[in-house]
Amino acid sequence: MIPLWLLPLLPFAGFLLCGLLGRRLGKTFVTVCGVGSVALTTVLAYARLVPYAAGVFGGNAAPVVERYGSWIRAGNVAVDFAMRLDPLSALMLSFVTFVGLLIHVYSVGYMHAEEGYWRYFSYLNLFMFSMLTLVLGANFLILFVGWEGVGLCSYLLIAFDYQKESSARAGRKAFVANRVGDFGFLIGLFLILGLFGTLEFDRIFPAAAAAPGRFAPAMTAIALCLFVGACGKSAQLPLYVWLPDAMAGPTPVSALIHAATMVTAGVYVVARANVFFRLSPTAMAVVAIVGGATALFAAIIGTAQTDIKKVLAYSTISQLGYMFLACGVGAFVAGMFHVLTHAFFKALLFLGSGSVIHGMGGEQDMRRMGGLRRALPVTFWTFLAATLAIAGIPIWAGFFSKDEILGAVFARNPILWGIGFLAAGLTSFYMFRVVYLTFFGTFRGTEEEKRHLHESPPSMTIPLVILAVLSTAGGLVGLPALLGPRANLFHRFLDPIVPPITGGAALGRGAQVAELSRGTEIALIAASVGIALLGWIVARVCYSGDRAGTIPERFVRAFPGVHLLVSNKFYVDELYEAVIYRPFRRLSRMFWKVVDTLVIDGLINAGSFLVELSGDLLRFFTTGNVRNYALTFLLGIVALLAYLGWAPR
Amino acid sequence: MSVPLTDVLVVSVALFALGLAGALLRRNAITIFLSIELMLNAANLAIVGFGAKVGGYQGQIVVFFAIVVAAAEAAVGLAIFVAVFRHHETIDVNKINLLKW
Repeated sequence: MIPLWLLPLLPFAGFLLCGLLGRRLGKTFVTVCGVGSVALTTVLAYARLVPYAAGVFGGNAAPVVERYGSWIRAGNVAVDFAMRLDPLSALMLSFVTFVGLLIHVYSVGYMHAEEGYWRYFSYLNLFMFSMLTLVLGANFLILFVGWEGVGLCSYLLIAFDYQKESSARAGRKAFVANRVGDFGFLIGLFLILGLFGTLEFDRIFPAAAAAPGRFAPAMTAIALCLFVGACGKSAQLPLYVWLPDAMAGPTPVSALIHAATMVTAGVYVVARANVFFRLSPTAMAVVAIVGGATALFAAIIGTAQTDIKKVLAYSTISQLGYMFLACGVGAFVAGMFHVLTHAFFKALLFLGSGSVIHGMGGEQDMRRMGGLRRALPVTFWTFLAATLAIAGIPIWAGFFSKDEILGAVFARNPILWGIGFLAAGLTSFYMFRVVYLTFFGTFRGTEEEKRHLHESPPSMTIPLVILAVLSTAGGLVGLPALLGPRANLFHRFLDPIVPPITGGAALGRGAQVAELSRGTEIALIAASVGIALLGWIVARVCYSGDRAGTIPERFVRAFPGVHLLVSNKFYVDELYEAVIYRPFRRLSRMFWKVVDTLVIDGLINAGSFLVELSGDLLRFFTTGNVRNYALTFLLGIVALLAYLGWAPR
Repeated sequence: MSVPLTDVLVVSVALFALGLAGALLRRNAITIFLSIELMLNAANLAIVGFGAKVGGYQGQIVVFFAIVVAAAEAAVGLAIFVAVFRHHETIDVNKINLLKW
């Protein structure tokens, strides 16, 4: 049996080796250590996962908790070093290791010319360590260690080109935005600790589930605090602003951290703490509304971006919004299903865009691409598969997960369903817009770029192909309930740990789950496929063929205000800059110039000045002449005698 | 026959005042030193006087100790003057102002 602690520690060893020796020992060494450690982790993880999954399907879904020792013992508070394998962490483990490995392999090709190759792989390995710690931790504190670790790695990798001002700035922005969320998360942890006296999953969740009446009142605060953390990490309104800027990092990093794994940590936490969320209808409503709003908002912004990676960034925010929308209406399993499929197709989209950028020699503006289908055939076909998946075209992975989410949302609240439905159409539109602008039409770049165009090396295209297969077929693990109660393997796997809601907390009307009738379900599927196709067609009409671009141009001319608003991302960054950043800066300046320089330094300097002054004055009494000293001595004695003589008795 | 305590103390104060004046006003280190001895002996005299008033011999014993200490001190003090003179070729205290920063 492979111990769970080995899984995060292998990449950590890789991090140490690459980080300490990588620069001296060269690229081959870094490749072997960096990729090898993750490959070994993946193999060992699957050696552990496969028997466990077989057990779960066989009906034994009991979580495995391995305790390695005690971490904190203070009064009633006890935290252990412990790792936990249950269906939820097994699911995360399966795709984090696998997608992580693919992206490591891809990075070998993508980063080959990079100066800081060793630095890149050591950070990437550190990220794998943190992410696996986050996923496998058996209590909230271990999870939090991983949570902060991935945040750190995200910062380090966004600011990978730290000499570039914009990259350094983007890294800092991500870090600060995440701190805001982490603060809420930490308060949530303290509340849990105060209420339960422990952070162990296998103690707090059964305790809360066993006595809902006792714990329900505190749950709104706890769940909302955890959700604030999730909003920061998973880039939801209003903390999403860091994710688009995070695209300053290398593209494989965007794929691994800012699409497939880290940003889904927020969804993971919500699903992990589903017992808490269930107990608080308010928190559920907040999650659903924030998720829905983010899904639509980010999708709208995505339609007007010209940087290929920015479109994908907003698309990620929007898809994460879907996941929270699902969690908010109680469909935690559907949310996690979307996490899985999204990990495949969004990683693929980012890696595909990386391949395009690689082929273009660094160009990211889609207005300068076009017609790349012929030069980059593998990239094109795999990108297309991912686009079909994210758009929700049947049989591709995204169709199943998105459809399940929309079905669950419809059962709770048709208004939220409308928002998700609209966002689905926009998703299809902006993704096919990317496909048409990038791969179809004629090349709009320079002659030099045209000569440079080339398909990526196999280390990059093989991961693309593998992910394309998964994006295409990965959804089959979660067939709709329409095909029979046992058709959905995904539900059979996760239901033991995240049981479907059977009453109690839920958004909107009624306590009991409104089961959708067969007819409604089919109609919903038809509707979401319809709007996906509509988005495709609109994108095709707008951006393909002889009159490519004329309709959008006319639209811009007709509604210049709308276009300005959307292409400038609703001026949210500017708003934050004006409302938060600048006042904060002014306040900091005030503290610097007034409080620090004037008051604190002033006090210290005044003290030293007084000492110096008294020293200067007293110096005159030290003449060196013995007779003066004798005289002073005499005067002192006279004064003493006078005091003794006249002092009141 | 016994001398009254008041007379002893008057002599003692007079001796002390003389010694003090000499210590503060003279410049020659040896004279200053002698003046200090004078003050010391004024104190000794006062102690003997008080001792006689109280009765017993304790006062005289203390004075013996004081004289022994004064002798030792005199040896050290004179040695310092010799050393200072070798260095500065003077023992005028106005010209020896080493004891300062």
